[in-house]
Amino acid sequence: METMAIGRAINAGLRAAMDRDPRVLLMGEDIGALGGVFRVTDGLQKDFGEDRVIDTPLAEAGIVGTAIGMALRGYRPVCEIQFNGFVYPAFNQITTQLAKLRARSRGRLSVPVVLRIPSGGGIGSVEHHSESPEVLFAHTAGLRVVAPSTPHDAYWMVQQAIASADPVLFLEPERRYWQKGEVDTDLGPGQVTPLHKARVLRPGTDATLVAYGPTTKLALDAAAAAAQDGTELEVVDLRSISPLDVDTVAESVRRTGRLVTVSEAPTFHGPMAELAARIQESCFYSLEAPVKRVGGWHLPYPAARVEEHYLPSVDRVLDAVEQTLAA
Amino acid sequence: MTDTAAGPVRAHEGGPVRAHEQHPAPRRQEMVQLLDEHGVRHRHPEHDLDLTPAELLGLYRDMVLMRRFDSEAEALQRKGQLGLWAGSRGQEASQIGAGRAARRQDQLFPSYRDHGALLSRGVDPLHILSIFRGIDHGGWDPVEMGVHPYTLVIAAQMLPAVGYGMGVQRDGAVGTGDPDRDTAVIAFFGDGATSQGEAAEALNWAAVFNAPVVFFCQNNQWAISEPVSRQSPVPLHRRAEGAGMPGVLVDGNDVLAVLAVVRSALDRARAGGGPTFVESYTFRMGAHTTSDDPTRYRLAAEVDAWREKDPIDRLRTHLTAEGVLDEEFASQLAADSETLAERLRAGVSAMVDPDPVSMFEHAYAEPHPQVLAERDEFLAAWEQQDADSHAAAHGGTR
Ligand SMILES: Cc1ncc(C[n+]2csc(CCOP(=O)(O)OP(=O)(O)O)c2C)c(N)n1
Repeated sequence: METMAIGRAINAGLRAAMDRDPRVLLMGEDIGALGGVFRVTDGLQKDFGEDRVIDTPLAEAGIVGTAIGMALRGYRPVCEIQFNGFVYPAFNQITTQLAKLRARSRGRLSVPVVLRIPSGGGIGSVEHHSESPEVLFAHTAGLRVVAPSTPHDAYWMVQQAIASADPVLFLEPERRYWQKGEVDTDLGPGQVTPLHKARVLRPGTDATLVAYGPTTKLALDAAAAAAQDGTELEVVDLRSISPLDVDTVAESVRRTGRLVTVSEAPTFHGPMAELAARIQESCFYSLEAPVKRVGGWHLPYPAARVEEHYLPSVDRVLDAVEQTLAA
Repeated sequence: MTDTAAGPVRAHEGGPVRAHEQHPAPRRQEMVQLLDEHGVRHRHPEHDLDLTPAELLGLYRDMVLMRRFDSEAEALQRKGQLGLWAGSRGQEASQIGAGRAARRQDQLFPSYRDHGALLSRGVDPLHILSIFRGIDHGGWDPVEMGVHPYTLVIAAQMLPAVGYGMGVQRDGAVGTGDPDRDTAVIAFFGDGATSQGEAAEALNWAAVFNAPVVFFCQNNQWAISEPVSRQSPVPLHRRAEGAGMPGVLVDGNDVLAVLAVVRSALDRARAGGGPTFVESYTFRMGAHTTSDDPTRYRLAAEVDAWREKDPIDRLRTHLTAEGVLDEEFASQLAADSETLAERLRAGVSAMVDPDPVSMFEHAYAEPHPQVLAERDEFLAAWEQQDADSHAAAHGGTR
């Protein structure tokens, strides 16, 4: 067991993947000497060289598009998109090429590209640095979209994403880069939770809280607060948005009868709308109350001085829980 | 406003655009040309080549078969056998020249009209037609044939082509001097594609990384209804200068010139010399696709003028004058063309629609529970429908 922060854990995961497989390459803006704006790739260019840790031109379509070409040649590129709001220039390459080449070639071409995207807000930054674009990509068949919330998952999930034969969007919770936790780096095959599986982080009986990425810690905090009032909330970390492990959530909801979802992404047409619909389909008779969603508003991410009113808070989560319990 | 060579593009009032709104046609001195429109052979100080009679006849044969393929595909579309066809008539020299310039290990990243390049690689023409019939997105094996799937999003194949070239560099398959190992990439795209942001990124990126890529732009003068003057105020090959690579203008209706220019650009790329931009100056003789009506936007006179520059006619004239092309070869080729057309007709009518459930097969490499669940849902509904229609056919009621 080692204690490290999420950013550091991703760094260690990248390093392990690069050590294991010489075909793994990193690409992105400022990822070399600087180590990335969040320092996630710190030291990697020094150890692996400029041909494997590539400082690219400032061109997001270029990063993704050329990564596709390198993957076609047998490499496993891991691209860093500097900030969430800058993934849009690459939207075309991601949705029309990366996501579809396998289907278009009837399985003859493989594009195992990983896109690492710092995602979510809460860092007090200027616009386009705090968005949650996951649903745009989760809606695109052919992509996998995952979001670790703990250092342990960050370390392992980035390696699983790189090993996956499918393209994976790896959403890093940017306001949690410095959140520390234990990482067990010595697990063997079969001991690591599969990439697409949700995980119950805290057992409870009164209601289920579901979150992923940056809101997982929030859900745990809310559960801890609720426990002081005698309410036992079960917390499920989705870990993957596509595919969605509905079964794990449904199992929990069958026990608790209630569901509150927490995301930074806007609730309107958001990822949790999908989950709520599926839980309603599969657990209608177990539900004691309508599913409640807590999330971002249907707005351009606001200026930093008001972001705390945009982002879900422990209070908003507890309010929703209260409404569910009262129903 | 100063008077520039290209001048502003005037809005035209519904009728076809006038010839003076187009880029002025380049003169021969500005454009690599080895075989002029009268079939006369010229020497070029930088780009030249000497081909054996058999090689010359091979190029001629490729172009004739490509044209037959195109006309048969168009006919099949008219008969309702294909949903759509993107014709390539007039672009035979560009596509066969570029395709034949490539070596086995080189990788082609085509657009949706580059049938000739694919044929020159040995791709089964029925694998191309199956796209336009709606059977699949291309039946050939991209790895085995060295040809990427057709890309329908304008310019989107260019960046993957550059990335592929960067992979080639990392494999150490550039500049080794081994002709069977050194590898390059050709990205095919049109004049309209040069306006896309991704095209600019691709040129810049390739130059920055010295990637072994030949950017092969077929300037066929029109992007659907928009003339090339609406894409760029300067001749397209001059874009290369800004990106930091050589830009070469070649007569795209001259198969010898295209072959020579693309071959040397590929050689340069394979040797580690970096990317080249080739503008192949040509013309799309037919409609953009079978859904298009070019008489709405271009003059018959323009098409007639280009007919005089026909790529096949000029090579035939040359080969006949040289005594390389004889009656026997010509009649054998005519027979082979008909055999090809018959094979296409038979092949297309024998195409069976794909099993619908196969659409669920290749979205992901690894199992995706939602896709699998939807597949089961689909199968259940389908079987139910089958049972219902079976019952209805036998007088049953629901
Ligand atoms: C991104 C994008 N925008 C628009 C279209 C629709 N479209 C299809 S072909 C075409 C014209 C392309 O012209 P050009 O690049 O010159 O190629 P050509 O058809 O002449 O071979 C257009 C606008 C498209 N396929 N992709």
